[in-house]
Amino acid sequence: MSDKMISFVRTEMLPEQTPPSSQVGAMRWVRENLFSGPVNTLLTLLGIAVLYFLAVHLGPWFKNSIWNADSLAECREILAGQSGACWGVIKDRWHQLIFGFYPAEEYWRPTITFFLMLVAIAPVLFGGLPRKMMWFSAIFPALAFWLLWGGSIWYSVFAMLGFVVAYVAFRALQQVSGVVAVVGAVVAAVIWWLLLAGPLGDLVASVVPVALPYIRSDDFGGFMISIIIGVTGIALSLPIGILLALGRQSDMPLVRWICVGFIEFIRGVPLITLLFTASLLLNYFLPPGTNFDIILRVIIMVTLFAAAYMAEVVRGGFAALPRGQYEAADALGLDYWKAQRLILLPQALKISIPGIVNTFIGLFKDTTLVVFIGILDPIGLSNAIRADSNWNGIIWELYAFIALCFFLFCFGMSRYSQYLEGKLKTDHR
Amino acid sequence: MQETMAERTVDRSHMQVSDEVAIQISKMNKWYGTFHVLRDIDLTVNQGERIVIAGPSGSGKSTLIRCINRLEEHQTGQIIVDGTELTSDLKNIDKVRSEVGMVFQHFNLFPHLTILENLTLAPIWVRKTPRKEAEEVAMHYLEKVKIPEQAHKFPGMLSGGQQQRVAIARSLCMKPRIMLFDEPTSALDPEMIKEVLDTMIELAEEGMTMICVTHEMGFAQAVANRVIFMDQGQIVEQNNPHDFFNNPQSDRTKLFLSQILGH
Repeated sequence: MSDKMISFVRTEMLPEQTPPSSQVGAMRWVRENLFSGPVNTLLTLLGIAVLYFLAVHLGPWFKNSIWNADSLAECREILAGQSGACWGVIKDRWHQLIFGFYPAEEYWRPTITFFLMLVAIAPVLFGGLPRKMMWFSAIFPALAFWLLWGGSIWYSVFAMLGFVVAYVAFRALQQVSGVVAVVGAVVAAVIWWLLLAGPLGDLVASVVPVALPYIRSDDFGGFMISIIIGVTGIALSLPIGILLALGRQSDMPLVRWICVGFIEFIRGVPLITLLFTASLLLNYFLPPGTNFDIILRVIIMVTLFAAAYMAEVVRGGFAALPRGQYEAADALGLDYWKAQRLILLPQALKISIPGIVNTFIGLFKDTTLVVFIGILDPIGLSNAIRADSNWNGIIWELYAFIALCFFLFCFGMSRYSQYLEGKLKTDHR
Repeated sequence: MQETMAERTVDRSHMQVSDEVAIQISKMNKWYGTFHVLRDIDLTVNQGERIVIAGPSGSGKSTLIRCINRLEEHQTGQIIVDGTELTSDLKNIDKVRSEVGMVFQHFNLFPHLTILENLTLAPIWVRKTPRKEAEEVAMHYLEKVKIPEQAHKFPGMLSGGQQQRVAIARSLCMKPRIMLFDEPTSALDPEMIKEVLDTMIELAEEGMTMICVTHEMGFAQAVANRVIFMDQGQIVEQNNPHDFFNNPQSDRTKLFLSQILGH
């Protein structure tokens, strides 16, 4: 009897069915996510109350916004005692907030540079664009330097030619051995930059003068300086961080100790002390008479600071890779650099995208610290604007505007990182 | 296990052992720290041999074949692969590795590359083969392991058995003279073991020199010309499969065989 009960053979497989209608739709979402139990219901109602409170108190302030006013006094007159935002300050000091004390007749230069920067970054961010655009990305730093600071174009051109010199030296020495070629390329480029680029630049400039008016670094300011420091720092800190991470795992003790020492030292020191070192102390260590640009010094310090963090983020990515990946790369006969570049680094970087972007965002926001060494970034300018008797006493509007601008940049980076993570997802877990 | 093999007859016409020495290991010792993993290993493998290495876990069989392409470093003794001695000289190591294919227990495909990219990577970057040619070769081997339709998928989308066949094809794309298999079927579901073993049998039928660490004794009986039994870091017994399974000499071998075949 019981044997008969167990025996069962299915003659046809069941077709797929749609879920019952009570299990789909907006009502189900609301019920499950907002009012699924007493605690959840209470929290939902509390949340609504907070939103209402904010709207009631901030609403009028935004609603009564004044856009056309030349001073805080004028704003207050128009408002006649009501609460309201005085955005007139942004309109009045717009150029200053963007460009600092950059000469007004030269505003076109940073503006063009900004849009060229977008073109240069695009092929790096989006793989679908033509690879030839990378050539523009490669020459963009020199072009941007010339556009922003001015002077003769030939110094930028000859500085870029240093890389060509390095490449030619590398190709010429490649037959000898890989290490010799790399050393030779570096030596050739350094000789070129230190000894030849300057005189050659002078020479060509005297024959074919192509020059823009020179702008001193002291005149740079506003969001322009934040973007210059931030973007340069971001672009340089990733490769340096990767090299530090590789160095930290190196089999060569000397390389490993240098990298560990550098990372631990830089991470153990507040950024602000590094910036003070850049602005004050560095002059003591450099030979007398060297005029080492303050913006350049700050960029170097910010880059080193971010690179130390980056190294640890990337090392985390490497640590997450299964040992088998290293072994498979070895077993196929790939040498160290090819294995790193083709197999390990792409995977390690993919894993560390959230951490890398975190460091980028931190770096970009940390650029506001340069206010303490006298560079007029947006925060520094907000102080300067309030020192003017017209705008004495205005706080919220300036900081809200600055915060909004920083938020837009940082949120953009965050969204891009999510897009990239989605695009690189190949494991289908 | 025997049943899986019985389904097809193994064509032995191309399985010929030549006089040419492929691998020569003499008096080789290896330690992990103070632990003596491999002790006085002497082993000569001729071109065309199909060797199965068996033994309990921890006996050093994986370590032995990983020494052959220097994934592990040996401390004393000599390993000569295809005329090249393995020392700390990186050039020699890369030369040996490009001539010795290796298949791992956990496949170790590169998850960020498509199947085709996995196969063409080493030929393009190590052998400097033009991309087009490398892709043709890759497709040839994918057809050989019977999954050409998966060429543009990522490893994560394939079953374990398919991934392992891709891993075999990836090694073959480098046109190796010797293939090492490190427990290639141990991480697979039973229904997928057969498809991987079939691929390995086909490879053996073409005369490939193979060293396999495996627990598939049916495979050993069908394909191997020599079975090596290892225990505690030493080669305890080696013989042709027939005598090895039917007439084991040492007590350790008898015990091992009774444990894995006894039920």
